[in-house]
Amino acid sequence: MSYFEFLGQYGDRILSGTLVTMLLTVLATVLAVAIALAAGLMRMSKNGLVSGTATVYIEIFRGTSLLVQLYWIFFVLPLFGITLEKFTAGFVAVGMNLGAYGAELVRGAILSVPRGQWEAALALNMSPARRMRRVILPQALLIMLPSWGNLLIELLKGTALVALIAVADLMFQVKQINGTTFLSAQTFGTALIIYYVIARFMITPFMRWLERFMQRMVGRA
Amino acid sequence: MFDWRWDFTFEILPRLIMATGNTLLAAVLGYGIAVVLGLVFALAQRTPYRALTFVVREAVEFIRSTPLVLQIFFVFYVGPQFGLRLSPWTAGMIAIGLHYASYLSEVYRGGLDSVPKGQWEAATSLNLSTRRTYFRVVIPQALPPSLAGMGNYLVGIFKDTPMLSVIGVAELMHTATAIGSETYRYLEPYTLVGLIFLAISLPTAAGIRVFERWVRRKLGLS
Repeated sequence: MSYFEFLGQYGDRILSGTLVTMLLTVLATVLAVAIALAAGLMRMSKNGLVSGTATVYIEIFRGTSLLVQLYWIFFVLPLFGITLEKFTAGFVAVGMNLGAYGAELVRGAILSVPRGQWEAALALNMSPARRMRRVILPQALLIMLPSWGNLLIELLKGTALVALIAVADLMFQVKQINGTTFLSAQTFGTALIIYYVIARFMITPFMRWLERFMQRMVGRA
Repeated sequence: MFDWRWDFTFEILPRLIMATGNTLLAAVLGYGIAVVLGLVFALAQRTPYRALTFVVREAVEFIRSTPLVLQIFFVFYVGPQFGLRLSPWTAGMIAIGLHYASYLSEVYRGGLDSVPKGQWEAATSLNLSTRRTYFRVVIPQALPPSLAGMGNYLVGIFKDTPMLSVIGVAELMHTATAIGSETYRYLEPYTLVGLIFLAISLPTAAGIRVFERWVRRKLGLS
């Protein structure tokens, strides 16, 4: 079978898998960003209980494997009465894992906003919430965006693991096709190229654009 | 329903600890391959041959932006299609070694770039060969700034070894899944796996930070 015949026959399954992978990536990204912001800010809290909770969360999710977390959420959480549908379990695991890494980026970026900015906000009598939202966070965002670009590629790669709990993403589809055709080079090779294209020609340019956009927003273009 | 069974826990613990040995072995072997191959990738990007630089650069980018689990499948299943059968261990070590070699090559690249230009000029004026310049002057200075990244990826490779279970390497995750499917109990095996990972990766990460500070002090860098 030529490669074009192969694509003709299995192209729609590969395409549907690709769309599921992209959807997972988007949902997991939203979750990861929200968790990263929350956990990153919590970790800087003066309240020991709040910062302790965030630290425990971050250390647990950074100290174990994504695969372990995924299996735990999918197989063990139901025993506690929390049953997640496999698609949900998939993006929740990926989002929570990458969110823990993101939290450290958030914390690092906030800490590296120059001291004068904090003092200026204080001098203008801004409330702590307003200071964070209007002065510190926009600048911190600019600092951490390049690292988020790398993190999002890690996230995309992480979504491939949800195939192991039978979510029909790209990885799952090619695994299934390989199981019936044994055309391993074509199936896995195609999937590798698609992941590469998503990472290199969609995520990376999008993050570059976002960086330029944010620079304009804070007047540093 | 929360019913943790301690008798079951102690029954499966020895099996999991045995499997931890395999996990550690896989991490150490994979890391060994990655450390050496990563240096080769980094140095290959510094040769005067433009084509070689380009090919290695693109290959590293490709490996870094695609999922490891897919690469493991690729290496394991593509061989037999062309008459080359690899054992799960061999295929796994090749995949994980290559994957982390591409990460480490970036770490080395940063380290090599941080060596001041004057060091190169001094080596040239002392008439050192390229080989001697690299091994006696440049690499020793490029190593300390690379240590933090190298340490992170040592912990990273350890945490990625569960992916080897997909092609049947009998490491920790594989054993836990096997126990789960034999006994229909997933709570204890998967929780224990998580705890074992935490128990190893947190102290290792802390140890690496101490080691890094020690090296920097020894070399009089801070």
